[in-house]
Amino acid sequence: MAAKNKILEEITSAEYKYGFVTDIEMDTAPKGLNEDIIKLISSKKNEPEFMLEWRLKAYKYWLTMKQPQWQNVKFPPIDYQDSIYYAAPKQKAALKSLDEVDPEILSTFEKLGISLEEQKKLSGVAVDAVMDSVSVATTFKAKLGELGIIFCSFSDAVQEHPELIKQYIGSVVPYTDNYFAALNSAVFSDGSFCYIPKGVRCPMELSTYFRINAANTGQFERTLIIAEEGSYVSYLEGCTAPMRDKNQLHAAIVEIIAHKDAEVKYSTIQNWYPGNKEGVGGIYNFVTKRGICQGDNSKISWTQVETGAAITWKYPSVILKGDNSIGEFYSVAVTNNYQQADTGTKMIHIGKNTKSRIIAKGISAGKSNNSYRGLVRILKKAENARNFSQCDSLLMGDTCGAHTFPYIEVNNSTSKVEHEATTSKIEEDILFYCNQRGLATEEATNMIVNGFCKEVMKQLPMEFAVEAQKLLGISLEGSVG
Amino acid sequence: MISIKDLKVSIEGKEILKGINLEVNPGELHAIMGPNGSGKSTLASVLAGRPEYEVTGGEILYKGKDLLELPADQRAKQGIFLAFQYPVEIPGVSIANFMRSAINELRKAKNLEPLDAMDFLSEIKDKMKNMGIDLEFLNRAVNEGFSGGEKKRNEIFQMTMMDPDMIILDETDSGLDIDALKIVSEGVNNFRTDEKAFLIITHYQRLLNYIVPDYVHVIYDGRIVKSGDKSLALELEEKGYEWIKKLSKEAVEN
Repeated sequence: MAAKNKILEEITSAEYKYGFVTDIEMDTAPKGLNEDIIKLISSKKNEPEFMLEWRLKAYKYWLTMKQPQWQNVKFPPIDYQDSIYYAAPKQKAALKSLDEVDPEILSTFEKLGISLEEQKKLSGVAVDAVMDSVSVATTFKAKLGELGIIFCSFSDAVQEHPELIKQYIGSVVPYTDNYFAALNSAVFSDGSFCYIPKGVRCPMELSTYFRINAANTGQFERTLIIAEEGSYVSYLEGCTAPMRDKNQLHAAIVEIIAHKDAEVKYSTIQNWYPGNKEGVGGIYNFVTKRGICQGDNSKISWTQVETGAAITWKYPSVILKGDNSIGEFYSVAVTNNYQQADTGTKMIHIGKNTKSRIIAKGISAGKSNNSYRGLVRILKKAENARNFSQCDSLLMGDTCGAHTFPYIEVNNSTSKVEHEATTSKIEEDILFYCNQRGLATEEATNMIVNGFCKEVMKQLPMEFAVEAQKLLGISLEGSVG
Repeated sequence: MISIKDLKVSIEGKEILKGINLEVNPGELHAIMGPNGSGKSTLASVLAGRPEYEVTGGEILYKGKDLLELPADQRAKQGIFLAFQYPVEIPGVSIANFMRSAINELRKAKNLEPLDAMDFLSEIKDKMKNMGIDLEFLNRAVNEGFSGGEKKRNEIFQMTMMDPDMIILDETDSGLDIDALKIVSEGVNNFRTDEKAFLIITHYQRLLNYIVPDYVHVIYDGRIVKSGDKSLALELEEKGYEWIKKLSKEAVEN
């Protein structure tokens, strides 16, 4: 018994390993939110007039809204005036090459395992590194440029491709969509932009790495991905943040547009600081992600591995507008200690023969709460639409909760919707059985959890699947005695 | 191989084993018999290191070392194998994955390189062939949807894969029809060598027709009340457990 307790103690003392703070000079706006702050952000970013107008409209709309209450999560009211809405690493006017990036920033990303020096880069992955909502470096820009692929920070895109921004921003997630979308639209500072021209298959994984560094700041980025006819791209985002006692708000937006015959695969490994074991601190991750299968035969696939954040509240969704289009959602959401997650998807079938597939795996441990919430809506004209949903929950211990809220609305009788759900528990019996076959409790837990998540993990690009598996292990460390 | 001295075990404050003494040497096969609730399965669980049981007295030496200090996974790595009475289901984890993880943990403990997927497959396929197990079995989740017989056969199959030194079978015969019983027994008999020690826990004499023991011990109310050779099993079958109860009463009174 003594040995077992020791192991448990070692394991539970494992800390969030990305919790360090980088000491860099910051350019920050004063605390609070008003029209002047929005004007300041817009002018800092040297934005064209249409952007400022759009931001102000979003802000005015936000003022008329109330923070939503329907999620199955609890948190104290957020004082939106007590946050900083613009914080950027101070840097010289425009960076011409990576050599000009603050070495402190480069070393921050090195520590996170993200090398921004191209010669050291993982081959086959281009990275846009975003710190405190400002893109600090984008790799492989030139190489991608040869194919006509635009992969750059959102700010650069506003400067260099304003016509694309004007056409697509808010076209999938309008600022009127929800409270946090309106807030983001008003104050977002940067993010990633990606454009794949007609017929081009992007030869490498594109990846955005989001890092929160500054304290007392809200984090608001936008990602916009446009896949023209017949194109393909696989996109990955990762996120980490320092450990702080105070909760920080992260309200991002991702918009994806897939034209005829295009395919976009979007994978997320979310590892924001989850707060400590007593539930103090951590990121509020309130994110709106939505894609539209605009053209016929297009496909959008979301894969997410959510292990971090104090509260996660997001529903990566697909609007299946084009005939024969396909939407997919594969999710693993892990909550431990006092973490809360309310996550799922929306599949809106508009076109004929549209298909969607939802595989959601929730793992709850400690005193956490994990909810799946999903909507499948089949509209009148969606002849022969198909949906398959599977939602499985795994409980570790008896102080955590798992909940499932499926909503199904069918307005076309030729459609077919299937929903399956299971709940299971890692029992002492299973652990002892594994122990008896030579597997220590941690290994056994990992094996059981990975078995449980297999269907989702295999959707991830190879390099990241390994990382995600490790992350699952770390997130659940100490959750089974 | 294993030496149990005056072992006392409780669960939730209730004493189940009240002083067990038993010595099992390499090459020997001991059968433990007894009525329900006598403590047979508790003995098996304690030897394998099930955490719910509290050892309140006595000692167990395994290969000369204190076994009680080791957690269950370490005991397995040292060569103790328990074939479960009720093997559990592990959804989503294939037999192939499960066995490979287990075997590589054992190899790690012996400072051996892990087996790669190819080597592992070729080894596992041989053993499956020997036991007449279908290959598609490898892709099934551990024990999920298995019949009683399949579960027990899976236990014996795992035993052959893990190649332990001290094997404990906990009522492996329960719930088996005669054909399954034969397959399981054959698996055990083929595995018997001069180096391996067995402890076979069973309620019925029937199993011992197929797996012939060197010694038979009868356990009642947490104590071994009678030991003998294989004929004791037949005597017990004939006289029934009432006879044992009487013996036990006499033993306590003396």
